[in-house]
Amino acid sequence: MYRYSEFDESFVRSRVAQFRAQVARRIDGSLTEDEFKPFRLMNGLYLQLHAYMLRVAIPYGTLNSAQMRQLAMIADAFDKGYGHFTTRQNIQFNWPKLADVPDMLDALADVGMHAIQTSGNTIRNVTADHFAGAVEGEVIDPRPVAELIRQWSTDHPEFQFLPRKFKVAVTGHKDDRAVTAAHDIGLRLVERDGKIGATVLVGGGLGRTPMIGKVLAEFVPLADLLPYLEAVVAVYNLLGRRDNKYKARIKITVHETGIEEIRAQVEAEFAARKPLFSGIDQQMLAAITAQFAPPRFEAGAVGSYETWRAADPVFRAFTDTNVTPHRHPGYAILTVSLKAHGETPGDATSAQMRVLADLAERYAHDELRISHEQNVILPHLPKRHLKAVQEALLAAGLATANVGLVSDIIACPGMDYCALATARSIPVAQGIALRFEALKLEHEIGPLKIKISGCINACGHHHVGHIGILGLDRAGVESYQITLGGDGGPDAVIGERTGPGFAYDRIIPAIERILRAYLTLREGPGETFLDTYRRLGMAPFKAALYDDPEVRADAAA
Amino acid sequence: MSRPYTPKVLTANALLEGDVVWLDAQGQWTRRMEQAALIEDEATADLHLLDAHARGHEVVGAYLADARPGPKGPEPTHFREDFRTRGPSNYAHGKQEAQ
Ligand code: SF4
Repeated sequence: MYRYSEFDESFVRSRVAQFRAQVARRIDGSLTEDEFKPFRLMNGLYLQLHAYMLRVAIPYGTLNSAQMRQLAMIADAFDKGYGHFTTRQNIQFNWPKLADVPDMLDALADVGMHAIQTSGNTIRNVTADHFAGAVEGEVIDPRPVAELIRQWSTDHPEFQFLPRKFKVAVTGHKDDRAVTAAHDIGLRLVERDGKIGATVLVGGGLGRTPMIGKVLAEFVPLADLLPYLEAVVAVYNLLGRRDNKYKARIKITVHETGIEEIRAQVEAEFAARKPLFSGIDQQMLAAITAQFAPPRFEAGAVGSYETWRAADPVFRAFTDTNVTPHRHPGYAILTVSLKAHGETPGDATSAQMRVLADLAERYAHDELRISHEQNVILPHLPKRHLKAVQEALLAAGLATANVGLVSDIIACPGMDYCALATARSIPVAQGIALRFEALKLEHEIGPLKIKISGCINACGHHHVGHIGILGLDRAGVESYQITLGGDGGPDAVIGERTGPGFAYDRIIPAIERILRAYLTLREGPGETFLDTYRRLGMAPFKAALYDDPEVRADAAA
Repeated sequence: MSRPYTPKVLTANALLEGDVVWLDAQGQWTRRMEQAALIEDEATADLHLLDAHARGHEVVGAYLADARPGPKGPEPTHFREDFRTRGPSNYAHGKQEAQ
């Protein structure tokens, strides 16, 4: 795993010291809020609906047990004993006090963590496939590239005041768990003629104007990647609109300028910049890659795994849903669901964080991941430990066997926390999970991704949910718009709106009608919701949603 | 004839804790909306808002929110303002913790 260098360490420490002085000057009245706000945002501190919120970066979602324990410590010492894992592989603390934040940042720095570039018009925390380095069939572990981009972009003098925030995601697997097509830049690492390079997508993004990224370059060799990225960001820095916040993201630049013209400009810029890269970036990449060397996998890791599966139906159900095949024989990738029915998606208590840290340290090569789907992953777990791990998770309320099912919902904080929200998302997620748990239909329905956002900013990725839910304020009432058929995978698709939205107390029955319709319409249990939707289109689901006259009246309200 | 003025309360977040506060009739910040001053005319509202901006060392992000008179004091008219009187709906945190 990547260890902070001395440079990182002193950089982070000096930033904390600066911020400590800025907080003190804000509190003693020498700084106004207008002066202070850019400083606090640069350090991940937001003012939300009920309190401040500190957003901490977890680069490419990778953590060790010491870091997880420190997050638990921070949750206890400075917050209300829990943390919220987000769709950007970050963690948010919802209740910090202003005066405590510098101490929180120091505590983070103690374990090589920080909150830098989690906000502002900079290149944000780079995200990556949460199964990186562990999953079967991967071309290459994307995290060294993600880390190289992090180092290159952190405090990059040219890119601190971009037209708008800039998000990069990297995957090294054809399954694209990093939703690369919904990022300003998406990198898909591929192999061509024995060489590794990246397919570069540009201009993807959700939010107000959702767009799927377009291929800017089919193949950029790894050695050219950094100058190429620099060229893309430089072209955007110049062309991106600064007159209108809603038109400032690169997706609009690409849309307005045209992908061919962007490509031509990027290539010219690349030709000019490439000679300035002396190859140090490649030395750095090699050094970083060495730090991401896989753990020393053990032989005979499978143990009695199959015997337990045969004997214990609960264990079997748990491993059926929560285990993904690992590239090394006898190993499992275990996804720990933070979506227990009725709980807040993505929240973990400090006690749960400690259990996860202990399990990682004791059984799983000391590594943890946070997924953009708001779950925690033990990426390298010998199967012989799965029983002990499952039992420990059970005791901690973390053994819910629902990964990839109805109740494994992505939900942004919505109007329970977020100052920008137009409606709540968390209670909608809780309600859906509880409803389908009560109906005992979850496993019958099978693979399904429901994603909920509390406003048009789409942090809950609703556009790429198989079922997307967007909370809006319609004339002073919470109203929920449904989209169907979205997909965040390799062939990403933006979902289509069903029609008028539903009130807060009508949205869960509406989702139930969609899924009951699916169960009737599907050709068999092997046909997923998404497949059925693709085969039949919107019409039958629309009918199920709106045909009842009473419902029509509700929906129109 | 001008439209009747919708009554307002002046609200913000406290600088140190970040929690929601309202301006009361004595010009103090209160953490309970029912203790807030209900402002019935635009001129007073604007004056209070100016004053609040000048008190930036106490509060952040002051604004006027619609309200209506209730039995115990001013009440919110919009769901967002209603949530601000309580806290989040997923845990009994924030103001509802103390209630
Ligand atoms: S989607 Fe909107 S409500 Fe949800 S976290 Fe993002 S900004 Fe806040």
